[in-house]
Amino acid sequence: MSHVVARRANTEPRWLRLTLTAVGLGFLFLFLAVPLVAVLFQGFAKGWRAYLDGLAHPDALHAIGLTMFIAAVALPFNIAFGVAASWAVSKFDFRGKSLLITLIDLPFAISPVVAGLIFLLIFGAQGLFGPWLAEHDVKIVFALPGMIIVTLFVTFPFVARELIPLMQAQGKDEEEAAVSLGASGWQMFFRVTLPNIRWGLLYGVILANARAMGEFGAVSVVSGHIRGETNTLPLHVEIVYNEYNVVGAFAAASVLALLALVTLALKTLVEWKMRQEIREQRAELPPERTE
Amino acid sequence: MKRVLPGFGLSLGFTLVYLSLLVLLPLSGLVFKSSALSLGQFWDIATGERALASYRVSFGASLLAALINAFFGLIVAWVLVRYSFPGKRFVDSLVDLPFALPTAVAGITLATLYADTGWIGRHLDPLGLKVAFTPLGIVVALTFIGLPFVVRTLQPVIEDIEPEVEEAAATLGATRWQTFRRVLLPGILPALLTGFTLAFSRAIGEYGSVIFIAGNMPLISEITPLLIISKLEQYDVIGATALACVMLAISFLLLLAVNGLQWWAANRHRGKEGALS
Repeated sequence: MSHVVARRANTEPRWLRLTLTAVGLGFLFLFLAVPLVAVLFQGFAKGWRAYLDGLAHPDALHAIGLTMFIAAVALPFNIAFGVAASWAVSKFDFRGKSLLITLIDLPFAISPVVAGLIFLLIFGAQGLFGPWLAEHDVKIVFALPGMIIVTLFVTFPFVARELIPLMQAQGKDEEEAAVSLGASGWQMFFRVTLPNIRWGLLYGVILANARAMGEFGAVSVVSGHIRGETNTLPLHVEIVYNEYNVVGAFAAASVLALLALVTLALKTLVEWKMRQEIREQRAELPPERTE
Repeated sequence: MKRVLPGFGLSLGFTLVYLSLLVLLPLSGLVFKSSALSLGQFWDIATGERALASYRVSFGASLLAALINAFFGLIVAWVLVRYSFPGKRFVDSLVDLPFALPTAVAGITLATLYADTGWIGRHLDPLGLKVAFTPLGIVVALTFIGLPFVVRTLQPVIEDIEPEVEEAAATLGATRWQTFRRVLLPGILPALLTGFTLAFSRAIGEYGSVIFIAGNMPLISEITPLLIISKLEQYDVIGATALACVMLAISFLLLLAVNGLQWWAANRHRGKEGALS
């Protein structure tokens, strides 16, 4: 009986619950649901044909290909970095560790425009290596290499940031057991560590991929905005929109919105898998170790 | 004790080299480049009329957007953790949309929605409320961009509140509001401030979602990142560099603030556990 009273004391009166739910959901509806529906709707405002024309334009197709190419080149580097950094941080003790973790997060704190600018200052015509690059006829900014480098920069923290807390929580017992049983370093990594972190790793890669394909500000600074050459899909959206071709812009934007939806769906799926795995691990542990 | 696990030198070495090459050296290049300016020249650029106006716009709009997100984010996080309603899991996944949706797409969509012929702007126009192409539009875009930060920072903290704490307060005769104000709010305050600071920090640097809806009038609706771009377009690399240094300093301060807040939250928690045991 007293338990029931306490339960009731732990929540708000019904009218307040309904009001808060309405306010919260109303806010999300206005700021999330309406824009999401609008992106998909605007592309079709003038019918299927106009939508497909916008999408099948050679510049749009080239932009889609370039966007996928940049993400495909940039991600493996940041995956390797993320795994290495979280291995060092979570399995060993060394001085300056918390500073290192803070520095890994740094690119998230920096404006995309500043991120683009710093590489312009290094590789641009007036930049540090500018004269040398010009002499050897190597183009980095206003060309593909620069766009890949800034993408590396803006997606730098994603994988490490997911893996560090995960691997810290997992500890090092399993790896130590593997090594003491005679596994080589790579055997230990591929047989023990990788299976343990696979969902966390996938989670980081999904987020990094969404950012790599969607980045606008940083890529805009170092792209030459050359149609059919250095225009990624987000940059293509801007150019077409500024030409008052609203349907074309939203047709291209709808592809990116679809990418966002797939990202959210995968993310939810992976979160669910991770929770399930944690529950299974808890169930496997002997009772005295569960807490 | 001897290290049992392999790969320390390799993984830390790779981490440090990669971090230095991709992040630390390029950032110090920015500071190095701006050292070509004398302090007086730097000051003149950093406090020029257009620069000062852009700080006002950027700071004002970011602050307002972060406040809106703190208020509604708290309600959303509370509702998502404590109440149940149909479609809750779908709504919960949707909260991350601003992280997943490319900023340029958000920008053109919000500009279209809030233009005076758009779905939302159409209803605001008769009220004399112009959102698109005014500073108000910047607030709308920055609210969208910052939305997940407060919700996602608060959710785990609200989940961790032990029901005994509220029960004790209620048993001792506190009203629900008193329990919230005196018992629950102090516990979630560090997380609320962290979420607020993260949203603010993201908003200060945001570019893609803002430029389409802002109108971009110098002195009125021009944000600092856009001013950097327009200086670059006029081949004023030094001017852009100086402003970027100002923004970089602000980013550092905000990053420090977030770290401080997280340290505060962690230590509070430890203090509480210490008192209990």
